[in-house]
Amino acid sequence: MIWNEAKECMSREEIRALQSARLVKTVNEVYHNVPYYRAKMQTAGIEPSDIKGIEDLHKLPYTTYEDLNKAYPFGLSAVPKSELVRVHASSGTTGKPKIGVYTRRDIETWSECVARCLTMAGLTKEDTIQVGYGYGLFTGGLGAHYGAEYMGALVLPMSTGNTKKLIDMMIDCEVTAIACTPSYLLHVAEDLEKAGLVDKIKLKAAVCGAEPWTDEMRDQMQNRLGIKAFDIYGLTEICGPGVACDCEYHRGLHIWEDHFLPEVIDPVTLEQLPEGSEGELVITNLNQEGMPLIRYRTKDLTRLEYDKCDCGRTMARIQRFKGRTDDMLIIKGVNVFPSQVEAALLTVEGTTPHYMIVVDRVNNSDTFEVQVEVTENVFTDEVASLEKLKKEIHDKIKAAVGLNAKIKLVEPNGLEHFDGKSKHVTDKRNLYK
Amino acid sequence: MFVKQLSVFLENKEGRLDEVLKILASANVNLLSACIADTSDYGVLRLIAEEPEKGKAALKEAGFTSRIDEVIAVVVPNAVGSFAKVVSTLHEANINISYIYGISLNENGAPIVVKTSDNAKAASILEAAGVKTLAL
Repeated sequence: MIWNEAKECMSREEIRALQSARLVKTVNEVYHNVPYYRAKMQTAGIEPSDIKGIEDLHKLPYTTYEDLNKAYPFGLSAVPKSELVRVHASSGTTGKPKIGVYTRRDIETWSECVARCLTMAGLTKEDTIQVGYGYGLFTGGLGAHYGAEYMGALVLPMSTGNTKKLIDMMIDCEVTAIACTPSYLLHVAEDLEKAGLVDKIKLKAAVCGAEPWTDEMRDQMQNRLGIKAFDIYGLTEICGPGVACDCEYHRGLHIWEDHFLPEVIDPVTLEQLPEGSEGELVITNLNQEGMPLIRYRTKDLTRLEYDKCDCGRTMARIQRFKGRTDDMLIIKGVNVFPSQVEAALLTVEGTTPHYMIVVDRVNNSDTFEVQVEVTENVFTDEVASLEKLKKEIHDKIKAAVGLNAKIKLVEPNGLEHFDGKSKHVTDKRNLYK
Repeated sequence: MFVKQLSVFLENKEGRLDEVLKILASANVNLLSACIADTSDYGVLRLIAEEPEKGKAALKEAGFTSRIDEVIAVVVPNAVGSFAKVVSTLHEANINISYIYGISLNENGAPIVVKTSDNAKAASILEAAGVKTLAL
């Protein structure tokens, strides 16, 4: 099934023509309505008239997190604040969150993108969908919710945190699909198995995102729950989940090229790479009113494939992510930068810059441990004081990244240090293979 | 009146205690007592040693975090209720006991190490109450 065949199955020539027209329009809009972009383009010596189509994309300057941070919160918005109806946010590298702002039409565009993804997962208005993402500033909950409603499905806004209720209602309401993080779905699978309820559910599909996952995880979900599992991708800055999704042939994630113009660049030379090359994914918003971003560097490493898919769609496919160009971690669906943890530790007197973040996946659930060296500055002979120190570190990290970390006090020099620069992250999950 | 206690931070890992004791032995530091306050992932080793400063320096050299604190070593006579008297003396003076541990037993009584919220006050109160304390 295809939600919007006219768009999703356009010929490559039609796609390029539409992208060119929309790029020219977007560049004109940001030049005239966003002083930040006008200054950026003037510095680069570019005028809107220099951009005649997507072949001129490479002339435009990139947008990075640093730009979002400088322009925070509304400095990149192309419309008056009165036209905006919503703000979403996710973690930034330091301090300011990365935000997305939306007009009423942006919410509709986003909802339609999510509806395309859900349809790709075989869902229709006949389906009953549980949304198991957090509702709030995070785009997952409301994004999936609006998309499922837009498609006409029956939506249960479960949010996160109460797996028992989710399972009870999954059975009682005969839920046929779920949208949540892949690790949470495996956790649900485990609870269903423990309670002997797997054959009581009517679930047939899962649309999972917000964190990278592997084919092994897909096999596990599919085999243990008897469902089909699909991978959905998105970023708050660009719009949220629903930028791309994989179809039943699992040949990569179809990116909605009528709204999002993808390209791949060399993250070092910053040159645009030819089709099919591996590099950093860069996305330009083609149809966004609230905050249209020009050549936004996602920091995700991948490759794009452009041949027509067996599903009939012509939209380019994002291949398996190979990693990131920065050190961002996605833990339990939450973006975490080591620098946030470091900044939190710096506020705890006496803790050294030597720390180690250890991330693992145990029983399909991410674990987040922060090891902190105990030096003479913080060591006391009383266990109660050391436990107080642990709690203080825990609370500061929780306030900074929004996650509960297990704090482990370790002996000094117990952590690996490399050429004067400490290595601060051990990710044992092996998500990028 | 006060005794210097050497405490060492130890991860709950195989061989750490062994390593600390070997370091102290090769630095020629004689130990009079040892106890460990443990949690699930680390412990605090508390030692009464001759020349604790020498021990601390040797441990620092080897990368261990340690410190020296003053504690009180009270001599508790070998008789019913004698330790209770020590504790109630401190309690009545509103002094908190952080921890206690015993050193060894001989015919004069058992020296017990006490760390309190106010060591100076505790020592003079105990002295006034006729409790003998050790100075090492």
